Amino acid sequence: MKQLITFIQKEFHHILRDTRSMLVLIGLPIVQLLIFGFAITTEVRNANIAILDNSKDEITQNIITKIESSQYFNIDRTIKSNEQIEKAFKSGKIKLAIVFQANFQNELSHSNKAQLQIIADATDPNQATTLTNYLSSIVVDYQNEMNQQNKLPYAIKTEMRMLYNPQLKGAYTSVPGVMGMILLLISAMMTSIAIVREKELGTMEILLVSPIKPWLVVISKVIPYFIISLINVATILILSVFVLGLPIEGSLFLLIGSTIIYIFCALSLGILISTITETQQAAMLISLLGLMLPVVMLSGYAFPIANMPTILQVLSNLVPAKWYIIIVKSVMIKGIGIEQIWKELLILLTMTGTFLLISIKRFKIRL
Amino acid sequence: MRTLKFLLRKEFLQIFRDKLILRMIFALPIIQLILLPYAATYEIKNITLSVVDHDHSEYSRTLINKFTSSGYFKLVDYSRTYNNALDQVEKDKADLIVEIPEGFERDLIRESETKILLAANAISGQTAGLAVAYANSIIKDFNNHVRTQWIQQPRLNAIPAIEITSSNWFNPQMNYKKFIVPGVLALLVTLVGFLMSSLNIVKEKEVGTIEQLNVSPIKKYQFILSKLIPFWVLGLVVLTIGFIISFIIYGIYPAGSFWVGFLFAGIYLIALLGFGLLTSIYADTQQQAMFIAYFFMLIFILLGGLFSPIENMPDWAQYLTYVNPVRYLIEAMRMLVLKGSSFWDLRYHFLVVIGFGIVFNGLAIWNYKKTI
Repeated sequence: MKQLITFIQKEFHHILRDTRSMLVLIGLPIVQLLIFGFAITTEVRNANIAILDNSKDEITQNIITKIESSQYFNIDRTIKSNEQIEKAFKSGKIKLAIVFQANFQNELSHSNKAQLQIIADATDPNQATTLTNYLSSIVVDYQNEMNQQNKLPYAIKTEMRMLYNPQLKGAYTSVPGVMGMILLLISAMMTSIAIVREKELGTMEILLVSPIKPWLVVISKVIPYFIISLINVATILILSVFVLGLPIEGSLFLLIGSTIIYIFCALSLGILISTITETQQAAMLISLLGLMLPVVMLSGYAFPIANMPTILQVLSNLVPAKWYIIIVKSVMIKGIGIEQIWKELLILLTMTGTFLLISIKRFKIRL
Repeated sequence: MRTLKFLLRKEFLQIFRDKLILRMIFALPIIQLILLPYAATYEIKNITLSVVDHDHSEYSRTLINKFTSSGYFKLVDYSRTYNNALDQVEKDKADLIVEIPEGFERDLIRESETKILLAANAISGQTAGLAVAYANSIIKDFNNHVRTQWIQQPRLNAIPAIEITSSNWFNPQMNYKKFIVPGVLALLVTLVGFLMSSLNIVKEKEVGTIEQLNVSPIKKYQFILSKLIPFWVLGLVVLTIGFIISFIIYGIYPAGSFWVGFLFAGIYLIALLGFGLLTSIYADTQQQAMFIAYFFMLIFILLGGLFSPIENMPDWAQYLTYVNPVRYLIEAMRMLVLKGSSFWDLRYHFLVVIGFGIVFNGLAIWNYKKTI
């Protein structure tokens, strides 16, 4: 036992000595949460657009004023011809252009019909759809105001309810995602690199011939990262509750308990990687390719799993982060108890067991 | 020149010796290009739907049929009460609840007004927003359909209407993959170039071979060049593979010139590798270098506009993206592939990237000292 403590102390010295890495370890989740919480929004604002008004009458002017007074669009007034529009699209200066037909007002009052064309830069299809929708709704609003006396009959109204997240804050998806990602990064990637490092530098031999048991060597490597992970969980939770305004609806105890299970899962994955690699670079590339990418892509954190092709949906079941993110969302945001998430917890435990079993089989005491 | 040749041979030997890393370098672009465009889709389909129909009328059934036949929704559950439907949402079985009130058909025709409740699981705000938008447009269609049944034609036409037509340039089929693939290409070049170069010098430090290099009569610039060139070549090879794969799988190829693409990527790589070397010079251990590299990589990618448009960010974040080299490569790739932008259209991007190259490499050479 005393030996183990000494070994753990040695590992802590290694980590604490390296202040830059410590800064990144502690700072990364904070920076990531702040970027997700404040920088990345799907809300449209100040999109640059051009307006080609071939009519220049009262109605078109009114519509343009309406567009301008919404905070979504920023009108580029230097663009005055079709050729210029095309050029501006190509250089990326504008995202959308509006063309009013000639004699807009005349047509509207005489033939009850006037044309307005919206051209969107569909390089980003979602952005194009959103912008087109915003613009059409401004025009439709204007038209409804114009026709106020003729209220439309037979109207179906809709009432909308946004469950769990009425203000549609991005933090509700990013906090569980960041937790899944950071814990995996620290526990799996860093552990595997720390173990492989001893192999690469040749100090592993010294550790293995020492009187301490080989598995204690591994445990002493793992414990410091376990503690750092817990510190990160604390910072993430504090930040999300007090800065991002995300509630913890369910039991904090259950949340932390399942987080510890997830950390164990990630640590055992890290040990597994360290048994199959010889150099730090290889360990890093495997962690990056085999862990980070699937977590970002297949855990349902950045992209909804339901939209993916079936093969990817099946594959996503192998990603531990997927299950963990479901647990965090259920406990933290929906406030569900253990009776609804025991299945996910069991899956994580099974994965942990499997990783450990494979590592024990592959672990070589001799080099 | 001869010294450089030998140094280069050493570097290439070291890269090719590690079969695992080599395989990874080639597997990475293939896997990413195959998986990411399929996974990273925001084209919303298969929104799971739970219906609470209190009316059981012809109209309510027609409306539900409209939902299921739209292609966006998958009906998974008929609940008797709203609370039962809510349970389904809680269990993640349903994304959207549509509750049709009792007397829906009667109120619509007699009172000329009725109300439907839509409740969406909004943990992911974006999915919820799109789900509700699709649902609304289906209800609106249905509403118009009912209206034309009950109102005589002339009265409807008497209201002046602005006809809005919309067209989508550069990507008329609204293919989301066309948007993602150029971004993934930029991501690949960045990942391979930056990670490999940031680990390189520090490895020599950690293993101790850097001292041997330091005591040899190699000039600073030769040393830096020998570290730059292999990864530069590797980066361009990865880009070439990327272009080939995206053509084979998705039929996507640049609408503009390939050469402009390679020229841009070449200059960009010089800048990026400079930054990688700088990281490597500052770091003491490979682990530390990885941390720092990972930290910057994450911020660069998040603020690079790969998935979320830069224009939507708040001002402070937009200013940050100006010093993010990845942003320029992603933009340039998209402009080149989708819009067929020419060298002249990209002139600012070129200038900025050349600037990055001079600054990063200057700092790298400046900071590299042949002493420990």
